Amino acid sequence: MLVALLLARGRFPGKTLLDGLVHLPLVLPPVVTGYLLLLSFGRRGLFGEALANCCGLVFSFRWTGAALAAGIMGFPLMVRAIRLSIEAVDRRLEDAAETLGAGRIGVLFVVTLPLAAPGLLAGLVLAFAKALGEFGATITFVSNIPGETRTLPAAIYTLTQTPGGDAAALHLVLVAIGLSLLALVASELLARRLASRIAG
Amino acid sequence: MLKVAIARRTGDFSLDVAFTAPNGVTAVLGRSGAGKSTLVSAVAGLVRPDEGRIMLGDVALFDRAARIDLAPRKRRVGVVFQESRLFPHLSVRSNLLFGRRRRRGATGPSFDQVVETLGIGALLPRSPRSLSGGERQRVAIGRALLSAPHALLFDEPLAALDSERKGEILPFLETLVREVSLPVLYVTHALEEAQRLAERLVVLAAGRIVAEGPLEQAIAAAGLASAGDRFLDGVTVEATVAELDERYGLTGLSLGAHRVWVPGLIGQPGDAARLRFLARDLALALVPPERTSVRNVLPGVVRGLKRGEGPYASVMVDVGGAVLRAEITRRAADDLQLAPGRVVYALVKSVAVSRA
Repeated sequence: MLVALLLARGRFPGKTLLDGLVHLPLVLPPVVTGYLLLLSFGRRGLFGEALANCCGLVFSFRWTGAALAAGIMGFPLMVRAIRLSIEAVDRRLEDAAETLGAGRIGVLFVVTLPLAAPGLLAGLVLAFAKALGEFGATITFVSNIPGETRTLPAAIYTLTQTPGGDAAALHLVLVAIGLSLLALVASELLARRLASRIAG
Repeated sequence: MLKVAIARRTGDFSLDVAFTAPNGVTAVLGRSGAGKSTLVSAVAGLVRPDEGRIMLGDVALFDRAARIDLAPRKRRVGVVFQESRLFPHLSVRSNLLFGRRRRRGATGPSFDQVVETLGIGALLPRSPRSLSGGERQRVAIGRALLSAPHALLFDEPLAALDSERKGEILPFLETLVREVSLPVLYVTHALEEAQRLAERLVVLAAGRIVAEGPLEQAIAAAGLASAGDRFLDGVTVEATVAELDERYGLTGLSLGAHRVWVPGLIGQPGDAARLRFLARDLALALVPPERTSVRNVLPGVVRGLKRGEGPYASVMVDVGGAVLRAEITRRAADDLQLAPGRVVYALVKSVAVSRA
């Protein structure tokens, strides 16, 4: 959210660079992202080694790594949605709030974010969907270890490659469809409630 | 007391103004593009002038030389915008209290007082989106008042409303601006609004002040600069009710040393009233006419004369206490040999004088 805010309202040198960096995982082949993660957060990686030494946090071939990969892949989508919704908030309302005695932070929490709420929600759902479906970066970074880093898509892929795994794969497919539908419906309902509150 | 002396340049438009607004209403009149909105934004702190100073009482809101530029929230300037700018996700009540909550311990009218004066009690639980334009503007005015401001700015608050809604809000505005003892800047492009609400007037054109001063003087001064302007169809003057003629249903008002009769019974002796003299309803004579139906014959002195391109001429007559404007033909002006300094009698039919 902070990054989205910076990109929406900030004016600073290197904004384009940050913008590009945030969106990189969106356009890079996921395998490349996964490999880069492996290089930097792996056991011998640039950050991975330091993190493992100081806090005992290990990413490679652990579920934490799967979460990190999913997060990195979902991040640009979320930032994008949140940024657009913040940009859509009427600056004149923020001005009005300031003349009424609200400080910058106050304006953010009382005016900007509530008005951008539907967009924030959309961003979360998009990120969730991307994280759920992430395959390429995850499998490159943390492989496909049962009970540790086997994500839903990875599990389905494994089962389709296994003789006689079709039925189990179908089950998981149903689970995936169910989860996705649930997320979509929930977000739609929430967004509608938020929107009606804003639109009165 | 609000003192503004600022300059700002954007692209090929430049604003360069200096004026003082004491407690009471100062109208800023100008067409779109005259720099009115920039002026409001600069005083509110939403745009930064290139040069100059803005003082509110003893507090410098902006001072280029001293590198002072107070944040909008610290300026204590209440703004009513043209598009009301209510917060759509908050109820009317929360909107009203938005500024109040952030300025605890502030003095000023109470919530109940403001709600009652503006007649918005029934709207409190509603959402701003469900209000009519006029209701929204009333809430916006209440919100600004309740933020305990030290000055009020109105940026064309009625421009987006139809004439019916304007009529609905003007009485509220009139009451309010008389009750608050703050400097009030009322920006508008409609002279009628300025005449109803303001005591002082600043006329703005292309980023410069054309005329400034007490209402009627500024109007007259601007009139000399551009006769035939639609702003200047008439002159509004302050008069005092002196006597009522109940038999004929007439009211006699003192205007300077003169008595002006207007139809209808207006208020009580001693009350202030504003009269509007339309330029085309004024006739001029060199000797006082006798046996005439015209009830108001005001001796005065020609202060200015403006001949237009067409058949018209515009004459400013100082009748002592007010400067009236008469729109006559160029030929009549020549026949009467009108020139500044000449003594004339301004004739106004009672039925042609209206209350502003």
